[in-house]
Amino acid sequence: MEFDLNVLTRTEKRIFALRTLYSKAGYSPYRMLKFEDYDLYSRNKDFLVSDRVITFTDTNGRLKALKPDVTMSLVRNIKDRPDELQRLYYDENVYRVSERTNSFKEIMQMGLECIGAAGNACVTEILRLAESSLALIAEGRDYVLKVSDFDLIIPLVESMTEDKAVRNGIYKLMGQKNIHGIEELCSANGIDEQAVRPLAEVLGLCGSPAEVLPQLERICSGTPAESEVPELREVLEGIGPDSRILLDFSITSDTSYYNGVALEGYIEGLPDCVLVGGRYDRLMQRMHKKSRAIGFAVYLDALAGMGAAPASEDEEDI
Amino acid sequence: MINIALPKGRLGEKVYKMFEDAGYGCPDIFTGRRLVFENKDAGVRYFWVKPSDVPIYVERGAADLGVAGRDILLEYEPNVYELKDLGTGICRMAVAAPKGFRDDSEYLLRVATKFVNIAQNFYSQAGRDIDIIKLNGSIEIAPLLGLSDVIVDLVETGTTLRENGLEVIEEIMEVSARLIANKSGYNFKSREINELLGRL
Repeated sequence: MEFDLNVLTRTEKRIFALRTLYSKAGYSPYRMLKFEDYDLYSRNKDFLVSDRVITFTDTNGRLKALKPDVTMSLVRNIKDRPDELQRLYYDENVYRVSERTNSFKEIMQMGLECIGAAGNACVTEILRLAESSLALIAEGRDYVLKVSDFDLIIPLVESMTEDKAVRNGIYKLMGQKNIHGIEELCSANGIDEQAVRPLAEVLGLCGSPAEVLPQLERICSGTPAESEVPELREVLEGIGPDSRILLDFSITSDTSYYNGVALEGYIEGLPDCVLVGGRYDRLMQRMHKKSRAIGFAVYLDALAGMGAAPASEDEEDI
Repeated sequence: MINIALPKGRLGEKVYKMFEDAGYGCPDIFTGRRLVFENKDAGVRYFWVKPSDVPIYVERGAADLGVAGRDILLEYEPNVYELKDLGTGICRMAVAAPKGFRDDSEYLLRVATKFVNIAQNFYSQAGRDIDIIKLNGSIEIAPLLGLSDVIVDLVETGTTLRENGLEVIEEIMEVSARLIANKSGYNFKSREINELLGRL
């Protein structure tokens, strides 16, 4: 069959480029159902970006939903094989309420998941593929892959207070890098200034692993997060010196679903995050699966602000 | 180059002085009616924008940094970093009512305010049902004309309240100016931004 690449739209070229990347890395395509039973989402609302879902009643009377999330569908439908490693990628649309417009939007997502015996080597592989994905879609612009570690953050926060509302307040302020807000909240709740210091210092870090890891070791020494620093170092050891990874601990998500490494990808000149991911062993446990899991999604719609396509010589690469 | 959105008015001028003292001045910033000023040597470009628009410019990446009051940040909850409490523009968010007002819990409390989100959160935590009346200015006259029972508004000296026969009956929080940053832009300019932060 003859095929002219020029008939493809820019988004289609990105999708094919990412498919090629993931296929070459040994990932298989995973196709899922268009609709899911609504109860899957109603039982796990906190995992979703928004708890509002488009629903309809099927001809048999069952309440169905248009997928607001791919990962949860995939986790429910995949066979649990904790001793194997299933490498999957998908290219799906999801339906969510946009915070900005407060109306439902169809969002194009491309992503991959490693499910099963997903140890530290698997995390390194995911970081490399996330970075390569950013390099492919950035069209020559600078990009960064921000990496945090919930297994390091959670013990620091939990050692400060047992009050769940205060912990949630701290996580929210961490997402804003709001150190003065955390100090104010802790002071109002009788938490000692010394207990806040390690978290405040960790939150102030932002740089390459080579810059940040030595500081992290110093800050976490003698804290409940101490044992996690070597784990993070091991994961990052396989990453080359030219990597655009930045260690930054301001990424926050629901800690009852996520654990371990968390990632966010940004492209210079675009205001929003274009790639989100991380380890979600806790979601697997909540859905009664023994497998471990890590993955990420690329938001193709978030690339809309990139303006005109670059000159045609780059098109061959895409 | 760091792009900074400043709020037009007294607060913006005060904060600009802080940037100038830190070595990020722009000689002709108060001349004419231009809204964009640049100092290439210092690596900064300032925009004067409406105070409530500052978080929008920053969240959407048109500005890397911006200065906004805590009131505006809590009201609109933009997805931005809040890097520093600048310790200026200090005032209070408070509930005010006509002198001698007594809250009758049998009825909905009618609350006039520009800050719908802040007022709703405050009364929701207090377990009090309210009827919110969103106004865009001259909030103080709402109780005088029988439009509302109380108002939720910023109070600096209290003079405007006193002159309209109102008094503060409850304080909600202290408000001051905050330095905010775009979550994407920060990753690419973190060195420059942290240097500026260190000098402020």
